[in-house]
Amino acid sequence: MSDFFTTASLVFVVGSGIRLATPFLLAGLGETIGQRSGVLNLGVDGVMLLSAFGAYWTILETGRPVAGLLVGLGVGLVMGVVYGVVTVTLRAEQGVSGIGIFLFGLGMSDLLFQKKVGTPLPIRGFGDWHVPVLSRIPVIGEMFFQHSVLVYLAFLLVPVVAFLLNWTTFGLNVRAVGENPAAADSLGVSVARVRYKTILLANGLAGLAGAVLSIELGIFQQNLTNGQGFIAIALVYFGAWRPVGVMGGALLFGMVSATVLQWKTLGLVSGAASSLTAMAPALLTIVALVVISRTVGQPAALTRPFERGR
Amino acid sequence: MTGPRLAGLLVPVGAVVAAFLVGGVMLLMLGVNPIRGYGALLDGAFGDLDALADTAIKSMPLLLVGVGICIAFRASVINIGGEGQMIAGAIVSTLVALAVPDLPRVLLVPLVLLGGLLGGAIWGAIPGALKAYSGVNEILSTIMLNIVAVQLMNFLLRDLIMDPYEKDGGRIPQTRRLSENSDLPLLPGDTRIHIGVLVALAMAVLAWVLLWRTSLGYRLRAVGHSSAAARYAGMPVKRTIVAALTFSGAMCGLAGALLVFGSESHRFVTDGSSVGFTGSAGFNGIVTALFGGLHPLWTIPSSFFFGGLLFGANAMQRAVQVPAALIVALNGMVVVFVVSSDRLRRSIGQRLGPGLEEAVNEGVEDLE
Amino acid sequence: MQMRRNRKWMGLAAVLAVLAMLAGACGSDEEAVDDGLFRIAVVAPSASNDLAFTQSIVDAVHVLDGVDVIDVTDGTFIVADAAAAVRGYAEDGYDLVIAHGSQYGGSLQEIAKDFPDTAFAWGTSNDTFGLDNVSAYTAASDEGGYVMGAMAAAMTSSGVIGVIGPIAVGDAKLYVDGFVNGAAAQDSGVTVNVNYIESFSDVALAAEAAEGHIANGADILTGTAQMVVGATGVAAENGARWFGTQSNQTSLGEDMVVASQVYKWEKALQGIVDGVKNGDLGGRSHTINLENGGIVIEFNDAVDAGDARAIGEGLIADIKARMVDTGA
Repeated sequence: MSDFFTTASLVFVVGSGIRLATPFLLAGLGETIGQRSGVLNLGVDGVMLLSAFGAYWTILETGRPVAGLLVGLGVGLVMGVVYGVVTVTLRAEQGVSGIGIFLFGLGMSDLLFQKKVGTPLPIRGFGDWHVPVLSRIPVIGEMFFQHSVLVYLAFLLVPVVAFLLNWTTFGLNVRAVGENPAAADSLGVSVARVRYKTILLANGLAGLAGAVLSIELGIFQQNLTNGQGFIAIALVYFGAWRPVGVMGGALLFGMVSATVLQWKTLGLVSGAASSLTAMAPALLTIVALVVISRTVGQPAALTRPFERGR
Repeated sequence: MTGPRLAGLLVPVGAVVAAFLVGGVMLLMLGVNPIRGYGALLDGAFGDLDALADTAIKSMPLLLVGVGICIAFRASVINIGGEGQMIAGAIVSTLVALAVPDLPRVLLVPLVLLGGLLGGAIWGAIPGALKAYSGVNEILSTIMLNIVAVQLMNFLLRDLIMDPYEKDGGRIPQTRRLSENSDLPLLPGDTRIHIGVLVALAMAVLAWVLLWRTSLGYRLRAVGHSSAAARYAGMPVKRTIVAALTFSGAMCGLAGALLVFGSESHRFVTDGSSVGFTGSAGFNGIVTALFGGLHPLWTIPSSFFFGGLLFGANAMQRAVQVPAALIVALNGMVVVFVVSSDRLRRSIGQRLGPGLEEAVNEGVEDLE
Repeated sequence: MQMRRNRKWMGLAAVLAVLAMLAGACGSDEEAVDDGLFRIAVVAPSASNDLAFTQSIVDAVHVLDGVDVIDVTDGTFIVADAAAAVRGYAEDGYDLVIAHGSQYGGSLQEIAKDFPDTAFAWGTSNDTFGLDNVSAYTAASDEGGYVMGAMAAAMTSSGVIGVIGPIAVGDAKLYVDGFVNGAAAQDSGVTVNVNYIESFSDVALAAEAAEGHIANGADILTGTAQMVVGATGVAAENGARWFGTQSNQTSLGEDMVVASQVYKWEKALQGIVDGVKNGDLGGRSHTINLENGGIVIEFNDAVDAGDARAIGEGLIADIKARMVDTGA
């Protein structure tokens, strides 16, 4: 165990935890915005898969990572329009629609991958960017300031989303619509329009998350996300619908995963214990939430379609 | 047939047809004749007695999970932990079969099924208790427990309960062939259909009885309508929430046990993932329940339809060589289209007969 | 969640079920065709282009002689569905049905009994269940692992090698054990760290596992199973070398893949196919290894392996001559 507590080892674990947390964080931020306005989106994983494929294929064909990122975002927005039509205009049941989107995304991304890409070739990503000055700080520099641009993007979005939700009129409307859409409606706020916007934001961020995933990994594969979209949804509850809380949850999950990985690399854990330690991130997330034991409730109108007069 | 009733049937059917049409276009783009493809799907699912039996077997876990979802959702509890609960049930039932393999069949079979109920019940009670007493949202806890269940399954199957033959050999993560006394008895007739199907049907009926003929069921539905009102009326809300998830989990656990003991191999085997064992029944069951209007009895035909779609899709894949991925995408489209058509159905119904609409919806009580 | 218990859902469910049954009943029953063509079918768990397990069998069946029809059902990681597919192919009268996945064995054991006139092949395993219409095939992946482990130990300048594995079962464990033994035999001072990430599909975790090895000083990596493509990306980014298995993985990095252990399943399958044509439906297990050419170490000439290449080729010859025990 003393091997684990060396500087080099700990530096790696923190950096790795940050990297692992990034897709959860992006998707989780998006889901937070959506849920704050009363919309539950269980299809995040499917959107991530579609955008991951879109980004991968774009870069494969054009060689331009930025184009891939934009295509991923675009795919997310398109799925956002679809989800908006289904749940806001057509007022369909949100939970099931989300599962339908998930299944569609899972199958479609796999189908397109098998038909459009013969032999999967690796793609080049963005590379790491060393933040000037800050990355030279011993220890801290390596942990925090030598990551890919996409990681910085994700973490910078946390204060942006927090600001959006808490300090703008839009954010006020979002929260009102999520807590009491009838009251908001009577005050002249278009519930449908607000929800459309939040759904677009939510799915756009999910699209970004998927693109970041395939770009960082440099490849695509059937079910690339491996359930990360659902973990991101779970983290929204962990974070009590606050962007900072979601970031905390993503980092907790990422760090525990990274710690477990490092133990295995160093040979501290092997054989049977290996499976058991793989449970650690999930178990610790539950335990942490029980311990922190917040009593913040969910947005009151979460999952209820809104219809004037009902 | 009155306006709303007609709309009520035609519009959703139309939605399914629309989804299949889009799927047909996708088949065309893959160079496949859609008629041949869908023909193979329908034939594979319902074409002969063997196909019907296999479809029934495929529907069985969907029905059980769906019934569990009916119970949970009626209490306004969202159970996405079906996958993990199925695995938990499979684990406990397998442990039972390994512990007492020589019991006579008439005892062992019910015992392993009870084991399944127990395993699933525990795996449902945990998030239930966490929600009721610690305020942990059940979406979070069920998703996390799904992950834990998979790792537990992998650990057991490649260590504690691995087939001893495999330990020195190929190291396939599976148990030994489980006691023959625990094989689910086959129903008369020459098909592979086993009593698991009857057990699932019985559970659907029991769930209906629970929800509408017992005081616990009344409490579940009351809490589902409004937990505040239920609390005001003096009902034990927390215990009811735990009960909802426990029962829901138990159904899923039973499904897991039936999957193990009704399987071709009569072993518990894993490929490392949850879906490899469950076939996504934990998710598909949610859709099944909602297509059945969250009513246990109507979940029966709904599960048969979905089971047919899933089983027939394998036949379609074999017949026209399309990747299984197309089927998954098609399932997703069917779900989204049908669920989206809800409002269309209501607006058409309203145009055809205003006023009758409300009566139809309120009058639903007498059906139950 | 807003609950709606509407009659329309119930009606829908019933109507759909009935419609479907009617449509199905009207469908035609396709008889198994006996037209003298030799048909084989393959059922495999992942995608045909996964550069690993499934790709190896799909590539192999397409180079067999004397086969007229090849049908592949891939992506059947749901064991029950794979069993249904195997049974379906048997019912349709295929001459040889190949179940490519060790988790399918238990099911195959039961299905094969129902179709005594159909030949089945199962991999990766050497267990034929005592049935004479089942052939088993497996790869001695520890042999290639041993060779490449020794090469890696000879090539490493940092003295640290990293291995990324899925779950410690089956073919994966065999390869890793061979690799570790080969490295130790070549140079016992070299450290080989093995990380089983407990999943066959978590690409992101495999990538991080590779990062972990690199951070620990590894300059050579290897791994097995389809999630390994995450690790190869990391190796490429960090200038590490890679040894691949199951398929030729050079396309993942022209300038970093030193060699790949490629499974040529056709060496085993051809014998099975020929046997079936002569009326011998199976009953034996077949192992592909270096000696019978079923395993081939394909070197990537774009990477200069120096002395290691000679060591590798020497070991290959020794293993073929049965002079080396891989200890796996």
